[in-house]
Amino acid sequence: MSNIPLLAVTDLWIAYERINAVRGVSFAVGEGEIVTLIGANGAGKTTILRAISGLLPAARGSITFAGEDLLRLPAHLRTQGGIAHVPEGRGIFGNLTVLENLRLAAYARTDAGIAHDLEEVLELFPRLAERRQQWGNTLSGGEQQMLAVGRALMSRGRLLLLDEPSMGLAPMLVREIFRVIQRLNRQGATILLVEQNAHLALEVAHRAYILETGEISLFGPSCELKHHPRVREAYLGG
Amino acid sequence: MLQILGQNILNALQLGSVYALIALGYTMVYGILTLINFAHGDIFMVGAYLSLAAAAFLLGLHLGLPAVVVFVGAMCFSMVLTALLGVTIERLAYRPLRQAPRVSAVITALGVGLFLENFTLGLLGPEPRHFPTLISVGAWEIAGLTITPLQILIILGAAVLMVLLDLLVGHTLLGMAMRAISYNRQIVPLMGVPVDRVISLTFAIGSAIAAAGGLMYGLAYPVLDPYMGVRIGWWAFIAAVVGGIGNIRGAMLGGFILGAVEIFTPMILPSSTYRDFVAFSLLLLLLVFKPTGLLGRPIFERV
Ligand SMILES: Nc1ncnc2c1ncn2[C@@H]1O[C@H](COP(=O)(O)OP(=O)(O)OP(=O)(O)O)[C@@H](O)[C@H]1O
Ligand SMILES: [Mg+2]
Repeated sequence: MSNIPLLAVTDLWIAYERINAVRGVSFAVGEGEIVTLIGANGAGKTTILRAISGLLPAARGSITFAGEDLLRLPAHLRTQGGIAHVPEGRGIFGNLTVLENLRLAAYARTDAGIAHDLEEVLELFPRLAERRQQWGNTLSGGEQQMLAVGRALMSRGRLLLLDEPSMGLAPMLVREIFRVIQRLNRQGATILLVEQNAHLALEVAHRAYILETGEISLFGPSCELKHHPRVREAYLGG
Repeated sequence: MLQILGQNILNALQLGSVYALIALGYTMVYGILTLINFAHGDIFMVGAYLSLAAAAFLLGLHLGLPAVVVFVGAMCFSMVLTALLGVTIERLAYRPLRQAPRVSAVITALGVGLFLENFTLGLLGPEPRHFPTLISVGAWEIAGLTITPLQILIILGAAVLMVLLDLLVGHTLLGMAMRAISYNRQIVPLMGVPVDRVISLTFAIGSAIAAAGGLMYGLAYPVLDPYMGVRIGWWAFIAAVVGGIGNIRGAMLGGFILGAVEIFTPMILPSSTYRDFVAFSLLLLLLVFKPTGLLGRPIFERV
């Protein structure tokens, strides 16, 4: 871990109308880390990711990425700057084919590596390669999740924000997705993983933050939190 | 009898081409913003007047320019300026209301339409203007049908524009972005796509195509008045709904159906005054039995 974290969130407040969904949250993700944000339904996990990628404005606080103030940038420029948000529910475009979904994610790229990256994504997910000409809305949940991760790679994300990648998937697929996450991390991607499934998240992440009703209640290395009595009771089933 | 039928099919194709070009603008804007741009008929009217101005100017130079040059010149001029008009309208009138209730945007669209009509009226007065004749070459007689070069030009010109648009939406990066926005606008920025710019381009393209329709309309039916966009706009809007609003190919199909309704109604019913009755009845029947239109899905689909 270098001294300046890749992502630094400081005293972040986010409000929907007048409900404060996120209240004074601070955390950091270092280059090359997998950090997980664990919380129950409605804790504010999705809200935080949406503020980082620019889909929601922050009411107060700061978010910096590689030392640069993110809050002034519109969402599409944050993506172009290397933040790849795989949203809750995956957000596959059903009226675009698998290939088009991948190509669109490289919309702003002008480098010559697009075709090469496309090949890599299709190699990483052979099932997408088989279905490359199929419409997005004909994919299964697992395939959609792979496509969503594939899009994040096509946008050349340095920081992947993953919102509950395990949601609604069969256990075998969940393990496959998590294997991919670890592999991407070994290849250099920094990952902020949001999960309700604390078991798996603590398994793959280096560090974890526990989010309760919009505030961080606990944090530390995953291996320590796994044994913390409050975590065991509330998130790991005792 | 067969000749009359053939002749009318040609006429229906010509008129249908114009309706289809205008219907495309309604359907593109609806597809991307679920907004019915009620000012679109008046954007078409402005496009027709700009074509007239450019054609009259080029002819007034007395350089003996060939008709093709005047046609292309007028088309480029009015397409560019009308595209700018469409972009400006979106920027000033619709964008600030994007989060507002749908009704506000619809009322604003109607207001923009009234503004364009009255602005033109104030500027040019109520007298109809005559569109200069560009193509005066005589008609061809083929198998008993009278075919004019103008008819061919309009039908082929519209077809070329429609094929180009279909390719743009189906096969380019910009087209992918447009379809993605129509499917789920909220998350499109996560693909690195500047959504506002794509929306601006959509208005530009829709308005430019309407301007091309304005030029063709002016050549075929050479009398322009500031309210021409109202009736023709309504017909093109019905065409878009009949074909399935939000669906590009549906708008083309709807345009030709409405062209046929307008041409064939006076043949079957005693007076042409029934044509609006027939068009709106068709619309109502369709909305009852197939609310999404003939090819309709609410998003702009490629197939
Ligand atoms: N669009 C919205 N408008 C108003 N309130 C919202 C909106 N979205 C979320 N909230 C509220 O904000 C809080 C945090 O929601 P958020 O979706 O961030 O939770 P989450 O941790 O992602 O939950 P889950 O695990 O169910 O996805 C909740 O109380 C929720 O009801
Ligand atoms: Mg969530």
